[in-house]
Amino acid sequence: MSAPVDIRLTVNGQPREGRCEPRKLLVDFIREDLGLTGTHAGCEHGVCGACTIFYNGEAARSCIMFAVQADGAELLTVEGLAESDGKLHPMQQAFHEHHALQCGFCTPGMLIAALDYLKINPSPTEDEIRDAISAVLCRCTGYINIVKAVKAGAEAMRAAKS
Amino acid sequence: MKPAKFDYHCPATVDEAIAVLGRYQGEARILAGGQSLVPMMNFRLATPAAIIDLNRIRGLDQTEVTDGTVRIGAMARQRRLEFAPLVAEGLPLLTEALRWVGHLPTRTRGTIGGSIAHADPAAEIPMVLQALAGEVVARGPEGERCIAAPDLFVAPLTTALGFDEILTEVRLPAMPPEAGYAIEEFARRKGDFAIAAIAVMLVRDGERCTTARLATAGIGPVPVRLLDAEAILKERGLGEAAVAAAAQRAAELVEPMADHNASADFRRHLTGVLTRRAILKARDRQNVRSG
Repeated sequence: MSAPVDIRLTVNGQPREGRCEPRKLLVDFIREDLGLTGTHAGCEHGVCGACTIFYNGEAARSCIMFAVQADGAELLTVEGLAESDGKLHPMQQAFHEHHALQCGFCTPGMLIAALDYLKINPSPTEDEIRDAISAVLCRCTGYINIVKAVKAGAEAMRAAKS
Repeated sequence: MKPAKFDYHCPATVDEAIAVLGRYQGEARILAGGQSLVPMMNFRLATPAAIIDLNRIRGLDQTEVTDGTVRIGAMARQRRLEFAPLVAEGLPLLTEALRWVGHLPTRTRGTIGGSIAHADPAAEIPMVLQALAGEVVARGPEGERCIAAPDLFVAPLTTALGFDEILTEVRLPAMPPEAGYAIEEFARRKGDFAIAAIAVMLVRDGERCTTARLATAGIGPVPVRLLDAEAILKERGLGEAAVAAAAQRAAELVEPMADHNASADFRRHLTGVLTRRAILKARDRQNVRSG
């Protein structure tokens, strides 16, 4: 029962599979078994948010889930945000334009957490943005530009829709 | 920072889960949302022999209202409940509390039953269970039993649930539509564990306060009702002096913990401040609702 188990799931629209022990964390499965190293393992106890991914359409911490639990699930990681020709997602573009990262370690989590919140509230105020990204820690202390970027990214996404 | 080896079980029914739990004689842990358990396993503060994952049991996340009671399946996700119209209508205090629970991405996975069974002294959902005089349904090999909130919380991270019992449902009496309510919480950062929090529900009839509920989180080893402070409001109403007296009594009633976040004295002080603020907020909100 602690022996390796088969896991089949959909990641960034592609069917993927792997085999690992039940104790393997989802973040490690994504990075080591699927080779998608855009999702970062930071604190590994659910606090820093660098490992945040979309799990069946909602943001979740991949460091406090077991990979075996994701069997049959649909994941979206930071690698799945840009278009296949490499054109950045409007939120990624906004992060680029507003210099919303220094080291970049928190960026995948910031992007996913921001996009998740925008699904609930597409036109957030600055305070609401700060509240939403409080789910992810940036240790370069770059929050000001991140807030600017999320606001700009949200505007770009609304403009693209209308 | 990786969990130790464990046997993984993923039962399809509650009965099957109870049978597996019994086999491990207290050495197995139940996995609900995992937002507290898995961090503890990553740190190896918890090294259970087995994990019994409830996430593939169907029907444990249903919510319904019967005879004025909101019955919430233990595996209902906090995020789902936060945005559920049925909860907003019948249990607005719970809706408000959920916004204080971790962050949106942890509420995606976190469950109502998991939070209660984990019994972290700082958790907001157990505080609401106390404030609304709720109960939980525990199912074990002998069948089901109900445990009322005051009997459930025994010590930090310890409940009255037996090792072979599973919390399957949370029952909360629907709040009176005219009730005012509020949560006031003090924490160092948004989404951190509460250093002190107070939940209030009030019902007012003219100058009189006919129902008063005050409950704590983060202050003592378990969430408690502040019955003597409630009594002051019911006897003396919701004027400034009565509210101040109730807040002072609340600060005397608690048994505050001391840790690296705050001294016992500071928690006692916070209890008075937050109680006063929460009562006033609930009182004013009630005016808005009835006006």
